[in-house]
Amino acid sequence: MSDVALELASITKRFGRLTALDGASLQAMRGTVHALLGENGAGKTTLMRIAFGMLRPDSGSIAVDGTGRSFASPADAIAVGIGMVHQHFTLVPAMTVAENIALGGRGSFRPAKIRDAILALSERTGLAVDPSARIEDLPAGAQQRVEILKALSRDTRILILDEPTAVLTPTESRELLQKARELVSNGGTAILITHKLRDALEFADDITVLRRGSTVWSGRASEATEETLVAAMLGGERTSTEMQPVTAIATNRNATVLSLENVSVRDDAGVERLRYVTLSVHAGEIVGIAAVEGNGQRELLRVLAGRMRVTSGDVRIPAVVGFIPEDRHRDALIQDFSLRDNVALLGASTRRGVMGWAAIGRQTRELIRDYDVRAPDELTRARSLSGGNQQKLVVGREIEGSQTALVAENPSRGLDVQATAAVHARILAARDAGMAVVIYSSDLDEVLALAERVVVVHAGKVTEPSREYESIGRAMLGLPVS
Amino acid sequence: MTETMAFVVDMLVHATPLVITGLAVALAFRAGVWNIGADGQFIAGATAAAWVGVSVPAGIGWLALIIALVAGVIAGAIWAAIAAWLRSRFGVLEVISTIMLNFIATYGASFLVRGPLQEPTHVYPQTSGIVSGAHMPILLRGTRLHWGFVIAVALAVIAWWVMKYSATGFRVRASGVNPFAARSAGLIDVSRVTAFAFVASGAIAGMAGAIEVSGVTFALYENISPGYGYTAIAVALLAGLNPLGVIGTGILFGALETAAGTMQRNIGIPSTTASVIEAIVILAVIAVAQLRANRVTTSA
Repeated sequence: MSDVALELASITKRFGRLTALDGASLQAMRGTVHALLGENGAGKTTLMRIAFGMLRPDSGSIAVDGTGRSFASPADAIAVGIGMVHQHFTLVPAMTVAENIALGGRGSFRPAKIRDAILALSERTGLAVDPSARIEDLPAGAQQRVEILKALSRDTRILILDEPTAVLTPTESRELLQKARELVSNGGTAILITHKLRDALEFADDITVLRRGSTVWSGRASEATEETLVAAMLGGERTSTEMQPVTAIATNRNATVLSLENVSVRDDAGVERLRYVTLSVHAGEIVGIAAVEGNGQRELLRVLAGRMRVTSGDVRIPAVVGFIPEDRHRDALIQDFSLRDNVALLGASTRRGVMGWAAIGRQTRELIRDYDVRAPDELTRARSLSGGNQQKLVVGREIEGSQTALVAENPSRGLDVQATAAVHARILAARDAGMAVVIYSSDLDEVLALAERVVVVHAGKVTEPSREYESIGRAMLGLPVS
Repeated sequence: MTETMAFVVDMLVHATPLVITGLAVALAFRAGVWNIGADGQFIAGATAAAWVGVSVPAGIGWLALIIALVAGVIAGAIWAAIAAWLRSRFGVLEVISTIMLNFIATYGASFLVRGPLQEPTHVYPQTSGIVSGAHMPILLRGTRLHWGFVIAVALAVIAWWVMKYSATGFRVRASGVNPFAARSAGLIDVSRVTAFAFVASGAIAGMAGAIEVSGVTFALYENISPGYGYTAIAVALLAGLNPLGVIGTGILFGALETAAGTMQRNIGIPSTTASVIEAIVILAVIAVAQLRANRVTTSA
């Protein structure tokens, strides 16, 4: 038998017009921890869902222990010893640890027997849990241990962990990764999906890096450096000419439109998301935000757009700031409303008396025409439009609705090449018309293609490194910028 | 008066509380508030109206009716406001709290008609009759049909117009369908809008209770509501939450209940048959809606 526990070769997966995986490959050896690195949207989770039988690849092959496999469902993957712990817990809060672990198993439920089995497994793996505790009473770290035990309780030899440290405190994270190392010592395999470079370098034996659905780097962790991984993840090998903005007018400093001074934001759990952020955005410039997911960029964008209250600090923004949120379906549009009714959301909070439907209808027809939204008429439901046309409507509504400032979060997410180009052209046109624009994208290329200034958010703090891949990438990971 | 005529009158009398509570439910559901408590709010409104109706001096004439209706509206609003407050302050699901408040209203009314508000002879579990000034004027001379039905239709038209053409109605609809987009794209204070709709829903249901007391019962009884607030959910859903549709579905359910009584008296068909038919109608509506939704998804 070969030493390769899991081999994924040339996997391609498309969702409609979006190609999530484009010939991605991964080879995980027995007795190793394998890190799967990549930016958000690089295809890490999709690839692992294919390995776990949740999705079927359009092309490519899967081999477990050297035998070719094709999974119709996770049950098939579990049968050959693959287990997966998802990013979001799948435990039933009101049930006990034992009940959750037994859930989905076969045969009768005998509490005492399950309990003994869990305690034995718990002792063998060193993952301490109380089988009779209720899930809802447990902290996140303990819930994570239950998820892992649940996966291991089915004779799992290949354990996939999707961003396992995302909900854990730093101490819990270290303990968990330490445990992953111990678990593979007797020939098992752990695949760790992460975007944390340091975790990969410190705890993994091998590393595979995905970028835009393709494997761009793979090798031993001992041979990798932060620099090579950053370059692979962010595509730093591209020539520097490609990252020049279309037109740079940064020399011409106009009036400040958006300004934050010592702004801090705490979330509901009391965690500080932004720490003393000071930032100004001027009329006629595009400021790009670069950040690894979860570093406070989400909050920063919403504060700039007037969509989030700050805990402390001074925020000066216009009364209406256009905002293009990344989750278009949830936050930007009401799918069951007509295009006209979606445009009516503009200023909906302050409108008094009667809705001027005739005027709003006219405004919608103008947007449809000016922003090239492909729709039969303004009474069409938003749901029936393609993602690109929906986004063009949102971009138009937000630009025309504000005229002074625009904040965009992953504005091209889920769009095809043409729609992306159209959205970019609109954002650049808004800048040229004198709007202050802030754009965040999880794809650094997109940020660099549009923005003349790039601001990095890391752990809630904002820095402005020089506008190059190398320094931006280091700043995004919190490394000292040389 | 012909038999048909008598049936139509009875049907419309029965339809009146169903249309109004149906509107209350439709408004709440449109706002994304699952107000299952129209029954409790109806009872609260009826109780307040009866209490006013027996307490005010007879000399004030028709002012008594106005005060009774206003009292009913306020009582219904307060009853809903309790659940709205529990929801915004503690995150208590209104589906649970409103049902519980229904029981409190039912037994609270029972207590009042056996205790503090019982008629002076202390024989019957009911209040004394309300003053004649608090009686709803009769719409059709010689029948029981009162102006409450006209109020119900007028309320439906107003509700339809408000939902369709007013800025407030738009905010309610947007908040109900997608609170996230309402907040992010519309900058709408969603919790305020839904709380407002919740209380308004209670006010309307309370008004239905007050109209029932002033137009039909003229006193507060135990079990003054035979479950109007629950039937109202079917009335509202069958109308697709459209206020104008509620007039039609309210009358339909009014006819079913009226016919149920007649059938039992004349040919011995159990009146529960009406409930069976109501349930079948509701299931059919849900099934059709689901089929349509499936067709849309598969074709998309």
